[in-house]
Amino acid sequence: MAYYNEKIETLPKAELEKLQYQELKVLVDRLYAKSPFYHDKMKAAGVLPSDIKSISDITKLPFMRKTDLRDNYPDKLVCCPKEDLVRYHVSSGTTGKPTVVAYTKNDLDTWSEAVARSLASCGIGRGDVLQVAYGYGLFTGGLGLHYGGEKLGATVIPASTGNSERQIELIQDLETTAIACTPSYFVHLIDVAKKIGVDISKDTKLRTAVLGAEPWSESMRRYIYDQSGVTAHNIFGTSEISGPMFTDCQELNGMHISGDIAYTEIIDPETGESLPAGEKGELTMTILTKEAIPMIRYRIGDITSIFPDECPCGRTSPRIDRLQGRVDDMLVIRGINVFPSAVEHALLRLPELTSHFMLEVTRNGPLDDMLVKVELKPDAMTDSINGLIGLQFRVERTLRDALNVSAKVELCPPNSLPRFEGKAKRVIDTRVF
Amino acid sequence: MTNSKYFIKQLSIFSENKSGKLAAIAKIFQENQVNIHAFSIAEANSFGVVRAIVDKPDVAFAAFSKENYALQYTDVLGVKMADVPGGLFEAASTLGNIGINIEYAYAFRTGEFGTLIVKVSNPEEAVDKILAAGLELVPATDYNF
Repeated sequence: MAYYNEKIETLPKAELEKLQYQELKVLVDRLYAKSPFYHDKMKAAGVLPSDIKSISDITKLPFMRKTDLRDNYPDKLVCCPKEDLVRYHVSSGTTGKPTVVAYTKNDLDTWSEAVARSLASCGIGRGDVLQVAYGYGLFTGGLGLHYGGEKLGATVIPASTGNSERQIELIQDLETTAIACTPSYFVHLIDVAKKIGVDISKDTKLRTAVLGAEPWSESMRRYIYDQSGVTAHNIFGTSEISGPMFTDCQELNGMHISGDIAYTEIIDPETGESLPAGEKGELTMTILTKEAIPMIRYRIGDITSIFPDECPCGRTSPRIDRLQGRVDDMLVIRGINVFPSAVEHALLRLPELTSHFMLEVTRNGPLDDMLVKVELKPDAMTDSINGLIGLQFRVERTLRDALNVSAKVELCPPNSLPRFEGKAKRVIDTRVF
Repeated sequence: MTNSKYFIKQLSIFSENKSGKLAAIAKIFQENQVNIHAFSIAEANSFGVVRAIVDKPDVAFAAFSKENYALQYTDVLGVKMADVPGGLFEAASTLGNIGINIEYAYAFRTGEFGTLIVKVSNPEEAVDKILAAGLELVPATDYNF
């Protein structure tokens, strides 16, 4: 098993926690002394640097959110002399004011180190040719993978996005073995390759893909493998924590979050309390060594869980599941957090149903009622009323098991529920509180 | 199997339990010039299953599939009944005596006699038993063309 930094990647858990504590301590001391923003935040939360006596004391520290970056636009959160900054990235601002992230040389090194380790865990190394087909520029994807790939010692092709036929030509002519891009773009490349008569599995050396920046599923991973012979790895990151950083290893069982670089928590998005391993909640990260704009307990807003079991690859860092939605989509039904993505995931287990559904929430006196409308697949039709009612019960039981809250299920004819071209709006919440 | 000549192809169509749905289904039969011999609706909580015996089941099946309906063929049997008081009793008691379990049934009259449409779990075996007990079955070709 190839490691980029074997000692640190396989550090025993107790030693890792000790290291994390040392890093956190330095960070908190520095922030308290140098960041008026964080100093005030800690004061408001009634916590002093001296209260941090172990890594688990991190839960005493206040959270940071995207609004903190927006409110301090462009650079009020910068916590080092401005001449120490070596790069800025800026978000597109599609959901509000753009956010600025700044980097010192050490920040870039840490980011590249994280990417280099991740790429190594995907089986990429010296001798590999990595085509980076993420956008270069203000977006962190292109440069993040670029520098990580170079640090690892792979040969990097800064292809950037677009020009698909040229991408395939590069894959063939420069004998690309690994590609990094969005999953939808890779699926598009497979189609374009077919159209111009190139069979990726036979006519190229491409065998690994590092896909991220948008949600994708396990069935997409299988589809990509079946269509191209390429093993797809999930990559996670967000500009606020640097950019893309962490991937699945070759076991493909969750994304390893290098523990000396980032401290991961899963919290209840409602109460902010830490959740135990295995439970779904909001991903919260602290980049332990960040210099320019430190992010402590940054609430990323994505929903996932930490895998409690050890990874057979030997890395001791915790792993997170693929992202299952955004906190913004969360519903609270009878006090229980329900994510439409969890409904979707549960319904996918039932082969009699299409992947379309609608979720209607109403208030019945003091109680919430949830109705899930599901679509019968044409070939799942049976003449037996009992069979259909039985299916309805099975859907209800599957949802109750998955969500811990009961839902009524309505079986609908194929193609009768709304289809969405953009982001799906599957929830109709008519509750008045 | 010669018994299969008695297997009437019934269409079972999944439908929402909402006003206007029956008309929508009937329109598809009408537009495709499919004649309906017998028809029933079985109703569950939020949905129904429309069952129909028609002259051109294949034409109807293709038309409904094109409109994205969920539907299925079901083999049913047509037991002849004398069109007199006691006709149903005679047929039903004979079926009961020979141990035929009916999942569902509906009946109608055509010309001289009544027909009891029955759905049974093992139509192959049921045909032998029903004929041996002296009842008559209507051949499928009387309905499906």
